[in-house]
Amino acid sequence: MNSPASLEIVSPGAYASVQDIGRRGFRRIGVPWAGVLDPRLMRIANALVGNPGTAPVIECFDGGLQVLARGAAVRVAVAGDAVLEIEHDGERKPLPAWRSVTLADGDILRIRRMGSGRIAALALEGLALPQVLGSASTYARAALGGVDGRALAAGVCVPAQPASGAERILPEPPEVDERPIRVVFGPQADHFSAETFDTFLGSDYRVTAEADRMGVRLEGPVLGHLGPAEIISDATVPGSIQVPGKGQPIVLLADAQTAGGYPKIATVIGSDIPRLAACRPGQTLRFAAVSAAEGERIARETEAETLALLAAIRPFVAEGVDLTALYSANLVGGVVNARSPEYRPLTAGDD
Amino acid sequence: MCVLDAGDAAFTVEFGDAIDPDLLAAVNALDVGIARLQAEGGLPGVIETMPTFRSLTVFFDPLQTGREILLEALRPLFAASGHSGGDNGRLWQLPVCYEGIFAPDLAETARSLGVSEDEVVALHSGSEYLVYMLGFLPGFPFMGDLPKALRLPRRPEPRLRVPPGSVAIATGLTAIYPWKSPGGWHLLGRCPVTLFDAGRESPSLLAAGDHVRFVPVSMAEYERIERSLKSGDIEPQHWLTRRGAEQAEVSR
Repeated sequence: MNSPASLEIVSPGAYASVQDIGRRGFRRIGVPWAGVLDPRLMRIANALVGNPGTAPVIECFDGGLQVLARGAAVRVAVAGDAVLEIEHDGERKPLPAWRSVTLADGDILRIRRMGSGRIAALALEGLALPQVLGSASTYARAALGGVDGRALAAGVCVPAQPASGAERILPEPPEVDERPIRVVFGPQADHFSAETFDTFLGSDYRVTAEADRMGVRLEGPVLGHLGPAEIISDATVPGSIQVPGKGQPIVLLADAQTAGGYPKIATVIGSDIPRLAACRPGQTLRFAAVSAAEGERIARETEAETLALLAAIRPFVAEGVDLTALYSANLVGGVVNARSPEYRPLTAGDD
Repeated sequence: MCVLDAGDAAFTVEFGDAIDPDLLAAVNALDVGIARLQAEGGLPGVIETMPTFRSLTVFFDPLQTGREILLEALRPLFAASGHSGGDNGRLWQLPVCYEGIFAPDLAETARSLGVSEDEVVALHSGSEYLVYMLGFLPGFPFMGDLPKALRLPRRPEPRLRVPPGSVAIATGLTAIYPWKSPGGWHLLGRCPVTLFDAGRESPSLLAAGDHVRFVPVSMAEYERIERSLKSGDIEPQHWLTRRGAEQAEVSR
């Protein structure tokens, strides 16, 4: 693709990488899925810029990501509870997340900080990168995907398409969910006593500084083993909770090794992995147990919620009157929510 | 055989609690059976399977299928999985340099085992190993079984950086590190052949069920091989000496 438009990474912040839905089919040869830690953020960000839902996005942690439009106007959107700022001709303006925006050549978009959580997904209209083993996701350990197999660094440019069509907005972003992280016991449930399960479910666990795309190390009451603290290595899955000899649990995430020799007390359900991955170091969390069948039901419920969010996305009307929308609306029966973000002036968005 | 829960999107079928070629045969038989059912379109929603020493993990999409539906569909395979999936039959004879900086733990290993360094090399290169599984890192082969005289636990302190190509032993097994990574195994030598290349049709050189022999080479020979591989004069397939009929199926 010979595109004149591109997006330059001015700063990757804490850690930014290109991710899509991930790499499937290669766990048998030791290749983890990688992919976004929060698929819902990826799907919303992509929908906001008009990309297919599983197109690659830039996933970033905490604040600090800064990108610069080059060559032409480009369309970007950030999904996640991010506090954003646009710099145009040296002038800085706040911008709410959960909407797409057109960056003119030379404009900078910054994630100043995160409100809640620590993960945001930035979509770029027309971002196209080569697939490696079926995915553009970055897996840096084996130099797969992304840009040259590495996390994004300052100065890297990714290709875009010039902005087209309408800007879009998600009127009501998902609410922050502070329920316990739900888990299914096992696969090595027989390596732990009933008392250990009580401790596991009844205590606060604190996220340590070692929390990244591979996994999250937790600190809390010791989880003792009934027998030795090792097993013959078997498969891990995203969400596996390993308990090494010291009894402090480690939750494995997208980039984790595909096999491990520590007993796994439980597995975080897919619906709750994004919330766990978004916990900041120092934050505490609790676990709650569900059955595998209940986990499957929650997966369907989560998908229905995601589809409802995607269906709510609509064109963003910046100023003036959108006559098409006006004439197509039922003005008699319709109720306008004047507190929706699209009715707020752009400059009032900074919290 | 038992079925273990691994969350809402996977389960593990476990055949036993040992590292044993017979268990691996049962794992492979189930794996091949699932691949057949999938090819016939009989298992919608199954994403992939992961065979290990003694178990097979099935990954599925809970929006398309479910644990109970899959267990029902797999029941006929469980009944048949006591039978061997057949020997894959591929044999690799991989060069290893057991000298100098390539063998940082050779002297200590020999001391701990009470044998000479030459004996360690002779023992390690004198056996044929079965690739039980790949995992931990892309292309990392867990191979066994080591001769009894070479059995050692892991190093008490893992190294932060093991160089790629390192040939190592621990807990009755041997392996080659395809990538720079932390690691707690004892490093006996270095293999110049690239174990993983995403550009190859089969990115991992080795597949579960393959057999491997190590052939000692000098430092000079190691460097010659490395150059020939880099220039493309030799392909990694050069070291494949026996090809199995079921290879395509098992290493799909």
